[in-house]
Amino acid sequence: MAETHDLVIIGGGPAGLTAYLYAARARLDCVLVEKTSPGGQVLVTDLVENYPGFPEPLSGFELMDRFVAQVKKLGLQTISGEVVRLEIEGERKKIVFDDGRVLQAQAVIIATGARPNRLGVPGEEEFLGKGVSYCATCDGPFFRDQEVAVVGGGNTAVQEAIFLTKFAKRVYLIHRRDQLRAQKILQERALANEKITILWNRVVEEIFGQDQVEGVRLKNVKTGETETLKVQGVFIFVGISPQSEFVRGILPLDERGFIITDCEMRTEVPGVFAAGDVRAKACRQIVTAAGDGATAAFMAEHYLSQK
Amino acid sequence: MGVVHVTDQNFEKEVLQSDIPVLVDFWAAWCGPCRAIAPIIEELAEEYAGKLKVCKMNVDENPITPGKFGIRAIPTLIFFKNGQPVDMITGAVAKSTIENVIQRLLSS
Repeated sequence: MAETHDLVIIGGGPAGLTAYLYAARARLDCVLVEKTSPGGQVLVTDLVENYPGFPEPLSGFELMDRFVAQVKKLGLQTISGEVVRLEIEGERKKIVFDDGRVLQAQAVIIATGARPNRLGVPGEEEFLGKGVSYCATCDGPFFRDQEVAVVGGGNTAVQEAIFLTKFAKRVYLIHRRDQLRAQKILQERALANEKITILWNRVVEEIFGQDQVEGVRLKNVKTGETETLKVQGVFIFVGISPQSEFVRGILPLDERGFIITDCEMRTEVPGVFAAGDVRAKACRQIVTAAGDGATAAFMAEHYLSQK
Repeated sequence: MGVVHVTDQNFEKEVLQSDIPVLVDFWAAWCGPCRAIAPIIEELAEEYAGKLKVCKMNVDENPITPGKFGIRAIPTLIFFKNGQPVDMITGAVAKSTIENVIQRLLSS
């Protein structure tokens, strides 16, 4: 007989931890499944300036330490492992792990978040950890007084480009369009930063080097011209993809793989909820993930009480 | 035996001259994903005690060894056997992913 709980929350980022907070306060029998340890994507954020209630910016892991400390007060129970499949057997849900372990639950909240997209260019895989990075806070300090490229034009790309100027002597921000998507406050800072050079209308075609990254080959999408740029590091922030493979074919997903829910976090399957970045929605922020988590736990409690 | 904290000074003795295979976790305090995998590294040290030596090296305090291995990203896990690096994982991954490499290392 598999271990059984009223509610299993999959994923320990802001959505999963907030869901746990509300579920524990509702005295539900609940466990949280996490593949490494709680924190999620926020762990790689250098400064969080837009989480309400914290007027002084704090690092992503300081904020997540506080989330974890708060749920630990309520007796956080975690199970470590990677979920590979969700099985629906009527009202019973089975959560299957990569090593074959199975958990049973009456209700499930999926809060597995998202991961950074790959660019999909030659050299990207080869130089991972050798100059190619998806985490400026982890790897930025290795590029002191060097020149680096940041690829992307959204909030993460611009924020991390600014962060990297603490270390690198020059940061090239490579963007395929002629304007940034990032929030205006970030754009203003990037444009005012003398260490940042924005290369508009360009895409990376190749990352090259011997043992380590030595440069990138760029193509101007307006003129078709190519050029090489010598850099020692390439930081890639070109959007995210949902970690929803384990429910493909079981829950309706949108064209990019995000889980479709109603505004109360309910998926098509009764008793299965989705919250945070893995969910199809327009705005993916820490505060919206937390909000989703609270709603999902509230609805899970309601679902369990109706049975 | 738990996790052994190694330095540039004792890396040769603790890692390269170890009688059993060694896992070295290169980390730093500034790195969120390093924190995320820290509990897993502790667990592995307990679970494979006697078969695998599990070490951590702070790259902030020890610049020489990470430089030698060309480390430009953390967390990086390097697996050593008979003084040679034989496998590497970059980034925070699930425990099972690390264990797959350990199994391969111990059975080869």
